[in-house]
Amino acid sequence: MVGMQSFTKLVAVAAPLDMANVDTDQIFPSRFLHKPRGAGFGRMAFHDIRFDRQGSELPEFILNRRAFRDAKIIVAGANFGCGSSREGAVYALYDYGIRSVIAPSFGDIHYANQLQNGMLPVVLPDEACAKLRAELHAKPGAAVAVDLDSQTVTGPDGKSYHFEIKASHRERLLKGLDEIGLIMQHVNEIEAFERRHRNEMPWLT
Amino acid sequence: MKPTRTMFDKVWDRHVIVDRGDGEVLLYIDRNLLHEGSFRAFGALAAEGLKVRRPEQNFATADHNVPTTNRERGLGAFKDSELRNTVVMLAENTTAHDIRYYGIDNPLQGIVHVIGPELGLTQPGITLTCGDSHTSTHGAFGACAFGIGASQLKQVLATQCLWQQKPKSMRIMLDGDMAQGVSAKDVMLALIAKIGTGGATGHMIEYAGSTIRSLGMEGRMTLCNMAIEAGARCGMVAPDDTTFAYLEGREFVPKGALWERALAGWRLLSTDESAPFNAEASLDVAAVAPMVTWGTNPEEAAPIHASVPDPDIEPDAAKRAHMRQALDYMQLTPGTRLDEIKIDRVFIGTCTNGRIDDLRAAAAILRGRKVVVPAVVSPGSSTVKRQAEAEGLDRIFLGAGFEWRGSGCSSCTAQNGDAVPAGERCASTSNRNFEGRQGKGARTHLVSPAMAAAAAVTGNLTDVRKLFS
Repeated sequence: MVGMQSFTKLVAVAAPLDMANVDTDQIFPSRFLHKPRGAGFGRMAFHDIRFDRQGSELPEFILNRRAFRDAKIIVAGANFGCGSSREGAVYALYDYGIRSVIAPSFGDIHYANQLQNGMLPVVLPDEACAKLRAELHAKPGAAVAVDLDSQTVTGPDGKSYHFEIKASHRERLLKGLDEIGLIMQHVNEIEAFERRHRNEMPWLT
Repeated sequence: MKPTRTMFDKVWDRHVIVDRGDGEVLLYIDRNLLHEGSFRAFGALAAEGLKVRRPEQNFATADHNVPTTNRERGLGAFKDSELRNTVVMLAENTTAHDIRYYGIDNPLQGIVHVIGPELGLTQPGITLTCGDSHTSTHGAFGACAFGIGASQLKQVLATQCLWQQKPKSMRIMLDGDMAQGVSAKDVMLALIAKIGTGGATGHMIEYAGSTIRSLGMEGRMTLCNMAIEAGARCGMVAPDDTTFAYLEGREFVPKGALWERALAGWRLLSTDESAPFNAEASLDVAAVAPMVTWGTNPEEAAPIHASVPDPDIEPDAAKRAHMRQALDYMQLTPGTRLDEIKIDRVFIGTCTNGRIDDLRAAAAILRGRKVVVPAVVSPGSSTVKRQAEAEGLDRIFLGAGFEWRGSGCSSCTAQNGDAVPAGERCASTSNRNFEGRQGKGARTHLVSPAMAAAAAVTGNLTDVRKLFS
């Protein structure tokens, strides 16, 4: 039943992304959607706000600053990953090296897509995210610890924040469980449901 | 006494196979729609040696990547071999898995969220998924319809089920009559401006109120389509006689005695009186004016007679920062009247505003007028295109100087190459004004079809009400 990438604990450089409503078009522009995963998705992450028209890095973009180049964690503003359902946005973050995004809220589909790929989306209150970002600006390259088992984020100043996550999501991420396997454990219930459902709405199949 | 339930509760509860007791359930998916972006899910399925479990509950069409010109050439219309390959793969995958496919040269091809309702695949009371966030459109029929990513799409293909957290519920009361020149698009932009792009995150929206009851299916679809732009998982409208009249006789809708049986069930789906919602919002529809977006997310919208707002007086710091970035990207100055903004081109179409009513609304403005900027219309489906041609709308568009294209997602995401050139400003009937959405550096102003037509003939964002004779 193990199939998905697991996530347990991560201590890594965190980059403060001082933007709310980062949409999935910004994370992964539409024109790359048809590309195969092998085409270098890490380079495509945040492409149009990270590179200029000639493909040179925009120095003001946070991940282009030396201290944050190896970031595995992003601390962002509210509504991270709103917009399109494209899972390419998660592949781009993942292939860049990002394993966890901390934000006050997420687009629902993007949140689910992160979980499906062994990434941990952490929801912390606005003030906690703002404080973490301020600390990361003050100490560029500082590490943040994200611990799924204890459901805590620890900032550069040692202060810990508890976060909530659904028990089922937590278990699946910790163990790297495969969802199709978890669904097909219930094949008898599914088939019984389908028989009943087909009797009620025979025109659907 | 039975507890009172919302429409959403009724549809959701009926599809729960296993309840884990922690808020997560195994949910049955009645219908799953596919497009050429589904190649990742099919690829992952093949890599794991899995089959599609219920092929007859899956339906596919090509929309996101198809060219909108030279369509008589079928696959020969593609100039880009990578894009062409995604459509070839969809044809191969649907053949291999025995899934019904409306390909690029099929007369029933179109944007997946337009053809689902057209074919009667979308029905009240069903669960429906698609690897596209605008799947919320189908909720206009009282379906629970939501977008999913490639991994969950693979799971639906393999099992016809999904583990899902039940979203919270939000009722949005829309009351009052729309003024002349105001459409469902304007109502939705006004609503998102009010509640924000994250205003309904984690929720399903039920649209209710007097406006809804007098609104046609196409307007309801526009509202539900953009539920995702308010962050909602799905949008829903209770099915009524308007819904049933739209559905009756469509290909996948039951006939005869089964139709009567279906109808009896559908009539029971409405939210029970006094059923509780987790959140409530409302909008005075009579006060809504034609809307345009000035920024880079759909909440950055204002009535056409307003001016570009000043970030300096925005009290919320995060919003202020986004406004500054948006105005820089859009190259707009606070205080500029919105109806003085010059545009470079116009795009009409998409799953938001590419249906026949939308084309009629635009054509009504274009009749006897000429465009002064490049303008394109891409009907939401090949069926919509034929119907528009039967009504003579194509001649109005062409006579006004519009290009009359084939059906697809086209300039909404520009995945097919129909990009707005960098730096150009487009009045568009699509759903997202995100940075780069219509092409790198493209500047999008979201508007209704009538407002897009008004912009095309004046070269400015224009209050369409000034063009009524």
